[in-house]
Amino acid sequence: MIGIEHYVVVSSILFVLGVLGIFLNRKNVIVILMAIELILLAVNINFVAFSAFLHDLVGQIFAMFVLTVAAGEAAIGLAILVIYFRGRGTIAVDDVNRMKG
Amino acid sequence: MMQVFAFYLFASLVIASGAITILARNPVHSVLWLILAFFNAAGLMVLVGAEFIAMLLVIVYVGAVAVLFLFVVMMLDIDFSEMRAGFIKNAPLGVLIAAVLLCELVLGVGAGKTGALELGVANGASATPEGLSNTAAIGALLYTRYLFLFEAAGIVLLVAMIGAIVLTHRQRSDTRGQNVGRQVARRPEDATVNVKPAVGQGVTL
Repeated sequence: MIGIEHYVVVSSILFVLGVLGIFLNRKNVIVILMAIELILLAVNINFVAFSAFLHDLVGQIFAMFVLTVAAGEAAIGLAILVIYFRGRGTIAVDDVNRMKG
Repeated sequence: MMQVFAFYLFASLVIASGAITILARNPVHSVLWLILAFFNAAGLMVLVGAEFIAMLLVIVYVGAVAVLFLFVVMMLDIDFSEMRAGFIKNAPLGVLIAAVLLCELVLGVGAGKTGALELGVANGASATPEGLSNTAAIGALLYTRYLFLFEAAGIVLLVAMIGAIVLTHRQRSDTRGQNVGRQVARRPEDATVNVKPAVGQGVTL
Protein backbone atom coordinates (compact mmCIF):
# COMPACT_ATOMS: atom_id res chain seq x y z
CA MET A 1 0.00 0.00 0.00
CA ILE A 2 1.15 3.51 -0.73
CA GLY A 3 2.15 5.40 2.39
CA ILE A 4 3.30 8.88 3.20
CA GLU A 5 6.96 7.87 2.68
CA HIS A 6 6.35 7.23 -1.01
CA TYR A 7 5.08 10.74 -1.46
CA VAL A 8 7.92 12.23 0.58
CA VAL A 9 10.46 10.39 -1.57
CA VAL A 10 8.85 11.57 -4.80
CA SER A 11 8.73 15.17 -3.64
CA SER A 12 12.33 15.01 -2.36
CA ILE A 13 13.53 13.78 -5.75
CA LEU A 14 11.55 16.51 -7.50
CA PHE A 15 12.96 19.14 -5.14
CA VAL A 16 16.52 17.98 -5.77
CA LEU A 17 15.86 18.02 -9.52
CA GLY A 18 14.77 21.63 -9.21
CA VAL A 19 17.92 22.60 -7.31
CA LEU A 20 20.04 20.73 -9.86
CA GLY A 21 18.29 22.59 -12.65
CA ILE A 22 19.26 25.94 -11.16
CA PHE A 23 22.91 24.87 -11.08
CA LEU A 24 22.99 23.27 -14.51
CA ASN A 25 21.29 26.10 -16.41
CA ARG A 26 23.06 28.93 -14.71
CA LYS A 27 22.93 31.12 -17.81
CA ASN A 28 19.38 30.52 -18.92
CA VAL A 29 17.08 32.38 -16.58
CA ILE A 30 13.93 30.93 -18.17
CA VAL A 31 14.95 27.41 -17.22
CA ILE A 32 15.95 28.69 -13.76
CA LEU A 33 12.40 30.00 -13.30
CA MET A 34 11.04 26.64 -14.43
CA ALA A 35 13.31 24.90 -11.92
CA ILE A 36 11.87 27.14 -9.19
CA GLU A 37 8.40 26.07 -10.30
CA LEU A 38 9.52 22.44 -9.95
CA ILE A 39 10.72 23.14 -6.41
CA LEU A 40 7.41 24.74 -5.49
CA LEU A 41 5.58 21.79 -7.05
CA ALA A 42 7.60 19.42 -4.83
CA VAL A 43 6.66 21.49 -1.79
CA ASN A 44 3.00 21.36 -2.81
CA ILE A 45 3.06 17.58 -3.24
CA ASN A 46 4.50 17.33 0.26
CA PHE A 47 1.85 19.63 1.73
CA VAL A 48 -1.02 17.80 0.07
CA ALA A 49 0.30 14.34 0.94
CA PHE A 50 0.76 15.19 4.61
CA SER A 51 -2.61 16.91 4.66
CA ALA A 52 -4.30 13.81 3.26
CA PHE A 53 -2.52 11.29 5.46
CA LEU A 54 -2.97 13.32 8.67
CA HIS A 55 -6.63 14.12 7.85
CA ASP A 56 -6.01 17.83 8.29
CA LEU A 57 -7.16 20.20 5.56
CA VAL A 58 -4.85 23.07 6.53
CA GLY A 59 -2.10 21.59 4.37
CA GLN A 60 -4.27 21.91 1.30
CA ILE A 61 -5.20 25.49 2.19
CA PHE A 62 -1.52 26.32 2.53
CA ALA A 63 -0.76 24.59 -0.78
CA MET A 64 -3.26 26.97 -2.36
CA PHE A 65 -1.34 29.95 -0.99
CA VAL A 66 1.91 28.48 -2.27
CA LEU A 67 0.22 28.23 -5.67
CA THR A 68 -0.79 31.89 -5.45
CA VAL A 69 2.70 33.02 -4.64
CA ALA A 70 4.16 30.80 -7.37
CA ALA A 71 1.86 32.36 -9.96
CA GLY A 72 2.77 35.88 -8.84
CA GLU A 73 6.46 35.02 -8.81
CA ALA A 74 6.33 33.63 -12.33
CA ALA A 75 4.53 36.74 -13.61
CA ILE A 76 6.97 39.18 -11.98
CA GLY A 77 9.99 37.08 -12.92
CA LEU A 78 8.99 36.92 -16.57
CA ALA A 79 8.22 40.67 -16.60
CA ILE A 80 11.69 41.40 -15.25
CA LEU A 81 13.08 39.01 -17.86
CA VAL A 82 11.28 40.84 -20.67
CA ILE A 83 12.59 44.29 -19.67
CA TYR A 84 16.08 42.83 -19.13
CA PHE A 85 16.00 41.40 -22.63
CA ARG A 86 14.71 44.71 -24.04
CA GLY A 87 17.62 46.59 -22.53
CA ARG A 88 20.41 44.13 -23.34
CA GLY A 89 19.27 41.87 -26.17
CA THR A 90 20.23 38.75 -24.23
CA ILE A 91 19.05 36.91 -21.14
CA ALA A 92 22.42 35.49 -20.04
CA VAL A 93 22.28 36.11 -16.32
CA ASP A 94 25.85 35.14 -15.44
CA ASP A 95 26.97 38.66 -16.34
CA VAL A 96 23.99 40.26 -14.65
CA ASN A 97 26.27 42.06 -12.20
CA ARG A 98 27.02 44.52 -14.99
CA MET A 99 23.69 46.07 -14.12
CA LYS A 100 25.06 47.65 -10.96
CA GLY A 101 26.34 51.19 -10.97
CA MET B 1 -3.60 -2.71 -6.59
CA MET B 2 -4.85 -0.24 -9.15
CA GLN B 3 -3.92 2.58 -6.82
CA VAL B 4 -0.36 1.31 -6.41
CA PHE B 5 0.02 1.01 -10.16
CA ALA B 6 -1.35 4.53 -10.66
CA PHE B 7 0.95 5.94 -8.00
CA TYR B 8 4.06 4.44 -9.57
CA LEU B 9 2.96 5.56 -13.04
CA PHE B 10 2.38 9.16 -11.94
CA ALA B 11 5.47 9.27 -9.72
CA SER B 12 7.84 7.94 -12.36
CA LEU B 13 6.37 10.23 -15.01
CA VAL B 14 6.57 13.32 -12.80
CA ILE B 15 10.21 12.60 -11.98
CA ALA B 16 11.14 11.77 -15.57
CA SER B 17 9.47 14.85 -17.00
CA GLY B 18 11.01 17.01 -14.27
CA ALA B 19 14.44 15.68 -15.23
CA ILE B 20 13.87 16.34 -18.92
CA THR B 21 12.61 19.85 -18.06
CA ILE B 22 15.99 20.83 -16.65
CA LEU B 23 18.02 18.88 -19.22
CA ALA B 24 16.25 19.74 -22.49
CA ARG B 25 18.23 21.76 -25.03
CA ASN B 26 15.29 23.78 -26.21
CA PRO B 27 13.37 25.80 -23.59
CA VAL B 28 10.13 25.30 -25.53
CA HIS B 29 10.52 21.57 -24.95
CA SER B 30 11.33 22.35 -21.32
CA VAL B 31 8.00 24.12 -20.92
CA LEU B 32 6.12 21.24 -22.53
CA TRP B 33 7.78 18.70 -20.23
CA LEU B 34 7.00 20.97 -17.29
CA ILE B 35 3.33 20.83 -18.28
CA LEU B 36 3.51 17.02 -18.29
CA ALA B 37 5.11 17.14 -14.83
CA PHE B 38 2.26 19.31 -13.55
CA PHE B 39 -0.38 16.99 -14.98
CA ASN B 40 1.21 13.99 -13.30
CA ALA B 41 1.58 15.83 -10.01
CA ALA B 42 -2.13 16.62 -10.24
CA GLY B 43 -2.70 12.90 -10.72
CA LEU B 44 -0.70 12.17 -7.57
CA MET B 45 -2.86 14.63 -5.66
CA VAL B 46 -6.07 13.09 -6.96
CA LEU B 47 -4.82 9.73 -5.68
CA VAL B 48 -4.78 11.00 -2.08
CA GLY B 49 -8.18 12.64 -2.46
CA ALA B 50 -7.18 16.27 -2.87
CA GLU B 51 -9.18 16.91 -6.04
CA PHE B 52 -9.53 20.64 -5.56
CA ILE B 53 -5.80 21.33 -5.32
CA ALA B 54 -5.19 18.97 -8.23
CA MET B 55 -7.63 20.82 -10.49
CA LEU B 56 -6.24 24.16 -9.28
CA LEU B 57 -2.78 22.94 -10.23
CA VAL B 58 -3.94 22.11 -13.73
CA ILE B 59 -5.82 25.39 -14.15
CA VAL B 60 -3.23 27.72 -12.62
CA TYR B 61 -0.02 26.08 -13.79
CA VAL B 62 -0.96 24.59 -17.14
CA GLY B 63 -3.53 27.22 -18.00
CA ALA B 64 -1.69 30.33 -16.86
CA VAL B 65 1.92 29.89 -15.80
CA ALA B 66 3.02 27.44 -18.50
CA VAL B 67 1.32 29.52 -21.20
CA LEU B 68 3.09 32.60 -19.83
CA PHE B 69 6.40 30.74 -20.05
CA LEU B 70 5.69 29.58 -23.60
CA PHE B 71 4.70 33.11 -24.58
CA VAL B 72 7.90 34.62 -23.21
CA VAL B 73 10.14 31.87 -24.61
CA MET B 74 8.68 32.33 -28.07
CA MET B 75 8.51 36.14 -27.92
CA LEU B 76 12.15 36.68 -27.02
CA ASP B 77 14.54 36.05 -29.86
CA ILE B 78 17.33 34.20 -28.08
CA ASP B 79 20.16 32.02 -29.29
CA PHE B 80 19.65 29.07 -27.00
CA SER B 81 22.69 27.12 -28.13
CA GLU B 82 24.84 29.89 -26.70
CA MET B 83 22.89 29.52 -23.45
CA ARG B 84 24.09 25.94 -23.16
CA ALA B 85 27.72 27.01 -22.77
CA GLY B 86 28.93 26.16 -19.30
CA PHE B 87 26.38 23.37 -18.93
CA ILE B 88 29.09 20.73 -18.61
CA LYS B 89 31.35 23.00 -16.60
CA ASN B 90 28.66 23.60 -13.98
CA ALA B 91 27.53 19.98 -13.91
CA PRO B 92 29.94 18.51 -11.31
CA LEU B 93 29.20 21.15 -8.67
CA GLY B 94 25.47 20.94 -9.32
CA VAL B 95 25.40 17.15 -9.14
CA LEU B 96 27.49 17.24 -5.96
CA ILE B 97 25.14 19.68 -4.26
CA ALA B 98 22.10 17.76 -5.47
CA ALA B 99 23.55 14.50 -4.14
CA VAL B 100 24.31 16.05 -0.75
CA LEU B 101 20.80 17.52 -0.60
CA LEU B 102 19.20 14.19 -1.53
CA CYS B 103 21.28 12.39 1.14
CA GLU B 104 20.15 14.90 3.73
CA LEU B 105 16.49 14.54 2.75
CA VAL B 106 16.71 10.73 2.82
CA LEU B 107 18.43 10.94 6.22
CA GLY B 108 15.63 13.18 7.47
CA VAL B 109 12.96 10.78 6.25
CA GLY B 110 14.88 7.85 7.78
CA ALA B 111 15.17 9.66 11.10
CA GLY B 112 11.45 10.31 11.04
CA LYS B 113 10.78 6.62 10.32
CA THR B 114 12.85 5.38 13.25
CA GLY B 115 10.92 7.61 15.60
CA ALA B 116 13.90 9.82 16.38
CA LEU B 117 11.79 12.88 15.67
CA GLU B 118 8.54 13.77 17.35
CA LEU B 119 6.31 14.64 14.38
CA GLY B 120 3.11 15.25 16.28
CA VAL B 121 -0.40 14.45 15.11
CA ALA B 122 -3.20 16.64 13.83
CA ASN B 123 -5.66 17.70 16.52
CA GLY B 124 -8.59 16.94 14.22
CA ALA B 125 -9.83 20.53 14.23
CA SER B 126 -9.64 20.79 10.43
CA ALA B 127 -10.48 17.28 9.34
CA THR B 128 -12.82 16.83 6.40
CA PRO B 129 -16.34 16.74 7.87
CA GLU B 130 -18.40 13.61 7.31
CA GLY B 131 -20.31 13.62 4.04
CA LEU B 132 -18.60 16.70 2.61
CA SER B 133 -16.57 16.60 -0.56
CA ASN B 134 -13.00 17.82 -0.62
CA THR B 135 -13.89 21.04 -2.42
CA ALA B 136 -16.78 21.85 -0.10
CA ALA B 137 -14.64 21.15 2.97
CA ILE B 138 -11.86 23.45 1.70
CA GLY B 139 -14.42 26.15 0.96
CA ALA B 140 -15.95 25.83 4.42
CA LEU B 141 -12.52 26.28 5.96
CA LEU B 142 -11.20 28.91 3.57
CA TYR B 143 -14.13 31.32 3.79
CA THR B 144 -14.36 31.20 7.57
CA ARG B 145 -11.15 30.66 9.47
CA TYR B 146 -8.76 31.65 6.69
CA LEU B 147 -10.79 34.49 5.20
CA PHE B 148 -8.17 37.16 5.87
CA LEU B 149 -5.39 34.99 4.49
CA PHE B 150 -7.53 34.39 1.44
CA GLU B 151 -7.94 38.13 0.89
CA ALA B 152 -4.24 38.64 1.50
CA ALA B 153 -3.57 36.13 -1.29
CA GLY B 154 -5.81 38.24 -3.51
CA ILE B 155 -3.75 41.31 -2.67
CA VAL B 156 -0.56 39.40 -3.50
CA LEU B 157 -1.99 38.61 -6.93
CA LEU B 158 -3.11 42.21 -7.42
CA VAL B 159 0.36 43.51 -6.56
CA ALA B 160 1.93 40.96 -8.91
CA MET B 161 -0.40 42.02 -11.70
CA ILE B 162 0.24 45.74 -11.22
CA GLY B 163 3.96 45.08 -10.91
CA ALA B 164 4.11 43.10 -14.12
CA ILE B 165 2.15 45.77 -16.01
CA VAL B 166 4.25 48.65 -14.64
CA LEU B 167 7.49 46.81 -15.40
CA THR B 168 6.72 45.93 -19.00
CA HIS B 169 4.67 48.97 -20.01
CA ARG B 170 6.57 51.45 -22.12
CA GLN B 171 5.74 54.75 -23.73
CA ARG B 172 6.76 54.44 -27.33
CA SER B 173 7.81 57.70 -28.94
CA ASP B 174 7.07 56.69 -32.53
CA THR B 175 3.33 56.24 -32.05
CA ARG B 176 0.87 59.12 -32.09
CA GLY B 177 -1.59 58.42 -29.35
CA GLN B 178 -4.68 60.31 -28.37
CA ASN B 179 -4.16 63.29 -26.04
CA VAL B 180 -7.31 62.99 -24.00
CA GLY B 181 -6.63 66.09 -21.87
CA ARG B 182 -6.24 68.32 -24.89
CA GLN B 183 -9.36 66.91 -26.50
CA VAL B 184 -11.47 67.51 -23.43
CA ALA B 185 -10.09 71.01 -22.87
CA ARG B 186 -10.99 72.09 -26.42
CA ARG B 187 -13.91 74.60 -26.51
CA PRO B 188 -16.12 75.51 -29.49
CA GLU B 189 -14.78 79.08 -29.58
CA ASP B 190 -11.21 77.78 -29.94
CA ALA B 191 -12.16 75.54 -32.83
CA THR B 192 -14.64 77.54 -34.90
CA VAL B 193 -14.62 81.08 -36.18
CA ASN B 194 -17.46 83.12 -37.64
CA VAL B 195 -16.42 85.38 -40.51
CA LYS B 196 -18.43 87.55 -42.86
CA PRO B 197 -16.34 88.11 -46.00
CA ALA B 198 -17.08 90.93 -48.39
CA VAL B 199 -18.52 90.05 -51.79
CA GLY B 200 -15.83 88.83 -54.20
CA GLN B 201 -13.23 88.34 -51.52
CA GLY B 202 -11.96 85.05 -50.25
CA VAL B 203 -11.61 83.95 -46.71
CA THR B 204 -8.18 83.69 -45.12
CA LEU B 205 -7.93 80.63 -43.00
